[in-house]
Parts: sequence; C-alpha cells; structure tokens
Amino acid sequence: MNDITESRKPPVATTGILGWFRINLFSNWFNSLISIFVLYILFQFVPWILNWTIFAADFKYNFNGEQIINREMCSRVLDPENGGACWAIIYVRFYQFMYGFYPREEVWRVNLSYIMLAVAVVPLLFDKFPIRKHFLKFTYIFPIIAFFLLNGGLGLESVSTNKWGGLLVTLVLGCTGIALAFPLGIILALGRRSDLPVISMMCTLFIEFIRGVPLITLLFFGMVMLPLFLPEGIDMDGLARVLVAVTLFQSAYMAEVIRGGLQAIPQGQYEAARSIGLSYWQMNKKVVLPQAIRISIPSIVNTSIGLFKDTTLVIIVGLLDLLGIGRGALADTTWLGLAYEVYFFVALVFFIFTFAMSRYSLYLEKKLKTGINMGAD
Amino acid sequence: MSEDSIISLQKVNKWFGDFHVLQDVDLEVKKKERIVVCGPSGSGKSTMIRCINRLEEHQEGTIIVDGIELTGNLKNIDSVRKEVGMVFQQFNLFPHLSVKENITLAPIWVKKMPKSEAEELAMQQLEIVKIPEQADKYPGQLSGGQQQRVAIARSLAMKPNIMLFDEPTSALDPEMIKEVLDVMIDLAEGGMTMIVVTHEMGFAKTVADRMVFMDEGKIVEEAVPEKFFNNPDSDRTKLFLSQILNH
Amino acid sequence: MRSNLNFFSDEKFRSIFFQTLVIGLFALGIYFIVTTTSYNLEKRNIATGWRFLSDPAGFDISFSPFLDFKSTDTHLKVYFVGILNTLLISVCGCIAATILGFLIGIVRLSSNWLLSRVAYVYVEFTRNVPLLLQIILWYSILIKLPRIKQALEFFDSFFVSNRGIYSPRPIFENGFSYVFIAFILALISSYILKRWAKKRQDETGKQFPVISSSFGMIVLLPLLLFFIIGSPLSFDYPTLKGFNFKGGMVIRPEFIAMFLALTIYTAAFISETVRSGIMSVTKGQREASGSLGLKKNWIMRLIIIPQALRVIVPPLTSQYLNLTKNSSLGIAVGYADLVHGFGGISLNQTGQAIECMVIVMATYLTISLTISVFMNIYNRSIQFKEK
Repeated sequence: MNDITESRKPPVATTGILGWFRINLFSNWFNSLISIFVLYILFQFVPWILNWTIFAADFKYNFNGEQIINREMCSRVLDPENGGACWAIIYVRFYQFMYGFYPREEVWRVNLSYIMLAVAVVPLLFDKFPIRKHFLKFTYIFPIIAFFLLNGGLGLESVSTNKWGGLLVTLVLGCTGIALAFPLGIILALGRRSDLPVISMMCTLFIEFIRGVPLITLLFFGMVMLPLFLPEGIDMDGLARVLVAVTLFQSAYMAEVIRGGLQAIPQGQYEAARSIGLSYWQMNKKVVLPQAIRISIPSIVNTSIGLFKDTTLVIIVGLLDLLGIGRGALADTTWLGLAYEVYFFVALVFFIFTFAMSRYSLYLEKKLKTGINMGAD
Repeated sequence: MSEDSIISLQKVNKWFGDFHVLQDVDLEVKKKERIVVCGPSGSGKSTMIRCINRLEEHQEGTIIVDGIELTGNLKNIDSVRKEVGMVFQQFNLFPHLSVKENITLAPIWVKKMPKSEAEELAMQQLEIVKIPEQADKYPGQLSGGQQQRVAIARSLAMKPNIMLFDEPTSALDPEMIKEVLDVMIDLAEGGMTMIVVTHEMGFAKTVADRMVFMDEGKIVEEAVPEKFFNNPDSDRTKLFLSQILNH
Repeated sequence: MRSNLNFFSDEKFRSIFFQTLVIGLFALGIYFIVTTTSYNLEKRNIATGWRFLSDPAGFDISFSPFLDFKSTDTHLKVYFVGILNTLLISVCGCIAATILGFLIGIVRLSSNWLLSRVAYVYVEFTRNVPLLLQIILWYSILIKLPRIKQALEFFDSFFVSNRGIYSPRPIFENGFSYVFIAFILALISSYILKRWAKKRQDETGKQFPVISSSFGMIVLLPLLLFFIIGSPLSFDYPTLKGFNFKGGMVIRPEFIAMFLALTIYTAAFISETVRSGIMSVTKGQREASGSLGLKKNWIMRLIIIPQALRVIVPPLTSQYLNLTKNSSLGIAVGYADLVHGFGGISLNQTGQAIECMVIVMATYLTISLTISVFMNIYNRSIQFKEK
C-alpha cells in the first residue's frame, strides 16, 4: 500500500512569499487589475503625504535655519511650492495644548497627576503581577489626591478651572466620566432589572430619555439649566456642570451594556446564590456582577472610547479642551491659516488614545475568549 | 482508470499551508458501491471526500467524477455538484426557510422546476426519510435526528448519482443515531453509490462493500468488511480497530 | 407565639415601603427644584410659558430650503425650519452612509488583501477621530475653496466656491408632471412584473430577469416620455453678476461639510456591522448551498443575505439613530438645524431656556422612540422560529 511515501513540501507557487502574492493579490485577472490600481493610487498619495508631514516639514526651524515664531516664517508660507507642514505652531504652543492656561509655577502638579494616573490605571488593565493589591489601593485614593492636586486646597494654591485647558481638560473629563459612569451604570442596570416596579420604571425612563437625546442638549442643560435649579448663593463650577452632564449621559449607555451582561448570565446563577442564603446585594456583589462585567468588558471599553471622543463636544459650551485650544490657536493672527497642522495634531493625539484603548479591548477579548457584544455603539 | 469507476482519485495531494493533509491518495469507486472511510482524527478522511465535490481544492493529482475532471473550471464544478449530494456533520439546514422550502430551494433555482412539482418532489423525499408531517416546520423546531434526515432529503431531491456523508451522526445524541442510520441503510439498499465517513462500525458491517482506512493523509488499507474487521493486513489498522471497537 | 415578626422583615411590606420612600424623596426633590427655579427665573426677569412661540424671532436663518423665512416670522416657525433641516441632513446622511457602509463592508471581505487593508485603514482612522473634529476639518477645507470670482468651473454650469456649490436650478415646466406620472407608473409596473415573474416561476420553473427589466423600465420609460413631450425641463443657470451669482441654486458649505462628515463617519461603523453580519452566516451554509449546485449569486441572494440581514438590521438602526443625534453637531459650523436655531438662538434671545430645551429634547426623543418602536416590531417579525 502507500506506506512508502512521506510528507513532502507543498508546490512552490502555493506557499511562501510567491504563494502569498498569488493568492492574496493576483488570484485572478480581476483581482490583479484591482491590486495594480490600488498600488498605483498608493504610490501617488503616500509619498506626497509623507513628504508634507515629515520630510519637507518644519519642526522648529524653517528652511533658512531661522527659528519660527509666526506664520510668516513658515517654509510653506515663504515657499508654497516646496514647503511642508509647519509644525512650529504645535511646538510653540505645546504648553497650551497640554495644560491650557494653568499657571506655569504650578504645572508640576498637573505633571504629577498625569504620572499618577498612569500608575493608577495599571492594576485595572493587567491582572497578573505580584504587588497588584498595593497598586489597587493607590487606584482608589488617586481621585482624591488628583482633585486636590489639580484644584488646590490643603496648602496648595487654588487654580480655578477656567484656567484648565487642552489635554488636561480632555483627560479630566474622559477619565472622571468613565470612572463615575461605571458605578452609576451598574446601579442603573440593576435598578432597571429590579422587581420593584417603581424603581424599574424610573431607571428605564431615565436610561431611555438619555439615550434618545443628543449629548449637546444635555450639555446645554448642564450649562444653562442647572444653575437655575440651584438655590441662591450656591454656584456650580463650569467644568463640574459639564462633568455632571457627561457622566449622566455616559452612565445610561454603560447601564445598557451591563444590563446585556446581566441578561447573559444563566438564571441558575441567581437561583444558586439565593438558595445558599445570600442577600440581594451580596448576590450581586459576589456572584452576578463579577460575571456580568467580565462578559461585557469589550463593550464597556468600546463605550469608554465613545465617551473619550465625545469630550470634544464641550467646545460648543465654551470649554477649552484639546480641540478648543487648537481652534484658539488658529484664531490667533500670529498663526492664522495653519488649520491642517493643528487639526492633524489633535486628531493624532485622539487617535493614539482611542487606538490604544481599542487594541486593549481586542487583547481582552482574546484573553477572555468571549467577546459577546452587547448593544453598545 | 477502470471503465465502470464513477469516481476516480489518482495521486491526489493536498496541503493546508505546510501541512501535507492528503498524500498520494488513490481511490476508485464503482457505480452502486458503498464505501465506508474510517480513521483517526486528522487523517484526512473528511478532506478527501470534500475534494470530491470541490469544497476543498486539491493541489496535485487528478479527480474524475462521472467522467468530468475536477479542475478550476467553474462549469465542471457545477456539473459535478449536480451529480453529487453531500450530508454534513452539522446538518447546515437553512434556518430561515421551512423544511419544505429547504428541500425545494435547489430544484426550483437550479433545475428550474415549477413550484408545485418541486413541492411534490419534496414530500416524496420526506416520505423516504419518514418525516412527512414536519414539512411546514422550521429547522429550529426539530430534533437533531429529524434535522439530519431533512438534510438527507434535501440532497436526495436533486437526484444525485453519488451521496457523500461526512460523519453524519457524530453531532447527534445517541438515541437519534439509529433513525438516521436506518435511512442511510434504506438508501444503500436502493442502489445509491455512497461514500460514508463515520465511526459507526455496526453500520459499516451492515452496508459497506469496501472499507477504507486512512491515517496521516494516506490510505493505509482497503478491504472488504469480512477481511477488514477480522483479519486486517496492516498493524495500524489493527491498532485503530482495537481502539474503536472495544468500548 | 410568633416572635418578633418585625414588619421590616416582610418582603411585601419592605418593597412597598421602600418604593413609597423613593417616590416621596423624588417628589420632594421635584418640589425643591421647581420652587428654586421659579424663584431664580423671577429674579432674572425671565418669562415663562409658551407665549414666546408666537413672538417674532428677530433674526434670519441662513439655510431654509423648504420654507421661506423672514426675520419677522415667529419662533414657532424657527422650530419648524429647524426640524426640517435636521430631517434633511439626517435622511440624506442615512441613505448615503448605508450605501457607502455596505460597499466598504463588502470590500473588507474581499479576497484581495490590498483592497481589504485599505478599507481597514479607512475604518480605523474614521472611527478613532472624534466626529466633531471631522466636521470642523471638512468645513475648514471647504471654506478654503476659491472665492466666487475665481470659482472652479465644471461644464459651464457648476461653480465650486468657498460659499458653496452653485448649480443650475431645475425648472419644471408644464409637461413634466406627465413624466413624473410615468415614473410612478413604471414603479408600479415593476412591482407587478415582479409578482407576475414569481407566479410564472412557481408554475413553470422558468426564471425572468426581473431586476434588469424593472431597472430598464424605471429609467427608460420616463426618459422616453420626456423627450416625446419636448423636454419640459429647463434650467436656471447661475451667472456671475458682480460679487455673487444670480439664479441657479446653491448648496451651502455647512450642509456639505455636515453631509460628508456624517456620511463618512457613520459609514465606517455601518461597514463593521455589515461585515460581522455577513461573517455571522456560518461557512456551513455556503458549503451546503454550494453542494446543492446553487451558483454564487443565488447563494448570496437566497441564503447569505437573508440571514445576514437579521444580524445587521438592529445595530444598523442604532447607527441611524446616532447619525440623527449627531446632526446636532451642526451648531459647530453653523448648520441651521434644530439645536442651532431654536435651541440656540431662540433660546438666547428669549432667555426661556427651560421651555426651549424641553421642546428640543422632546423632539429628539420622539424621533428616537419612533425608530426604536419600528425596529422592535421588525426584529420580532424576522426571528427564526424555534422550539
């Protein structure tokens, strides 16, 4: 019989580099045509873009070797044919992009907060390293530390939130929003599924109301209407008002994601927990929620990415986040007209953050091997 | 290739990437023959029969089905598929169509049959597989055994000359295996040319004209059941039989 | 003797008590807010009530393609112009985004590696950059177009400038209504044709090329009639007079920017939905239909797409909802939608923030809930029948 033959290597044209090209790009004449067309277009555009953003661009000095301090000195203003992007605007205004108008002497507090944020986030993202417990303790007290660091009080000079701007505002809104929306979302999700009709109805109405209106209307609500609700004398900080609106908005979407996770847990879990005598809150805390959150983590991260992008809307109510500072820079006559550079930079910063978050979400999905998506997007 | 071979595989080789899954496979199947293919997982048995109706492409060698050679030629592939019916391990019924619609789909759209004629044909097939009363139900409402029988009826409706079965009972609960095997035995006794990949050795003993044992991509042994089960030539066959028959 | 049957341990009592407590606290909160608000409103001399709706607006709306608006029109009319503008951009955006999204989704599944990678890059970039930034970016590109005097010319009738695209305005003359009727008749006939073809196929098995013939009918019949009547369609061409164009019609850069940004952004999300919908149909379905002898396009039409649509439609509808809500971002570039006009300028003019906000929010809520209700009905009707 055939015991004599052994395994051989596959024919050359089907594997290896040649095989890859044949199968993926040139499998039939139609595909080959498309591949050639796409390659042609890429070769037209990509070098031009690379040239404009990197090779012919000014970072600090223009092509004459002078340090650029206004738009007139940009290479592309002096020599429109050959000049590339004038990144000098970013370089010169970098402080504002990062901190807004935070007083320079106190900016060490912001830097410290950034570093502590990175440290605080680490134990949430990765769970297999030895001293995680201690890191977690830090994560819990981080918000309080950050609050005093950034705001003032406790011996530190107070810095009004009007002065905050740029990436500082974006991160404050994004991180605080996500951090607060998460527990709120859990409460709302549990409430919506509650057996008590009053609670269930109130939570449902709240969630459906928030999900039915655009974020802008809620921001207006926060800025314009909230002050009317407060008694005389009590004034609410502009940033805080916006934070309230953003958090409420996000908590509704978060609630739906978590509710999906709760629904995916088999009824048997609830029954088993109750029959061993756990109370409602114990059951949720120890049995149901850990499982529900685990299942919905990819969707939670997706929703958080959405929140992070939504923080840009605050420019419409006058807050100066990263995009707002960018627009402000463009309005300055010193730098008039360098719109592409500014917007590209802002887009790049957002892209870095959100892309990192979505890569993390993919990593999580693979790790948990669930990836059941629950209605968020 | 002998004159009355309806399926002929000659020196067929296939690779999945670097993995040599079929190695120099030679097989001749005569009309009305019932072949049972068995072997350990990963031996290439499913891949081999999937090459016969071009669900998988072979890289080297020749496959000829009812006089038509299987190459990249789409017309040939379509003609072959009209002659060859296939029943899958996972049934693959169309969940959005009723049982009757599952069966009439191909006759209407491929053979351009009028609807009433197709429905009559469908009911005939459902009688053959013994579940005519399920005609208007949906696959999700049927048990596994019933679904597989509908899948057999669906393939039979195209009046194939050859039926391929890829582990048809492996996904079924034990109490439902018999109903499907009974249908397959009826089919065999009616003269259908069949190639069945299965672990059900009782079925093989009842129905098979020839047993084919594959291991690591090669056909190790081919023999009539009496010889295969009682006195196989190869040690590997003996090992496999001892593992599969003793529990 | 029953010991310590504490009222608080009784489940029913507890639930009623707790709920009453919640309602009570809620009512107290409402009362508190209402009184504080009325006090604050009075103090700032802000009117309340709905009378302001019939007051003249006192400002102009730059973009009102459906209704004529003068500054003496009422705030109520501002509201209606706003809704129409919102619906206009939402409907246009949804249609365009669906088409683009489906195209990109299918391209992502292409066997050509280059094509699918390029589509991947497009999707990743678009999804990760905030929509507001994209809107502003498009707008800043559009206003960098040449000024009117140096507008780019296409075929002597289209002028692209930084104040918008000027194009000929169609004037429908007398006979055109017949052409329109012919179009409607063609639509009806193609529907009848479809039913006749299905009946014929049921009876004889023969297939009829329904799609190509109805397409031909819908396009050719009205066209033929059009020429027979003598081309009852003329155009008012925009001509440059001084610093502006006279005649013709203009598509404003605000609209174009919103349209482009909303379409491209939403299409990226839709493409992912389409892609996962098609991938959700198991390989086995393709194999089973292939082994029955069905050709590729029948497999798509009869097996893959019906199943894929079940998975695609619910998330697709939430994308439509998102697009409609995102249209409110038009305020950033001055597109006169509901939030910008009524919720923005009217609100500032009259100071009646609460009334305006309530109306705006209620409007969006109505739109959202309507779409949700229809989606739920549709969803329930297409569920696979199971045990």
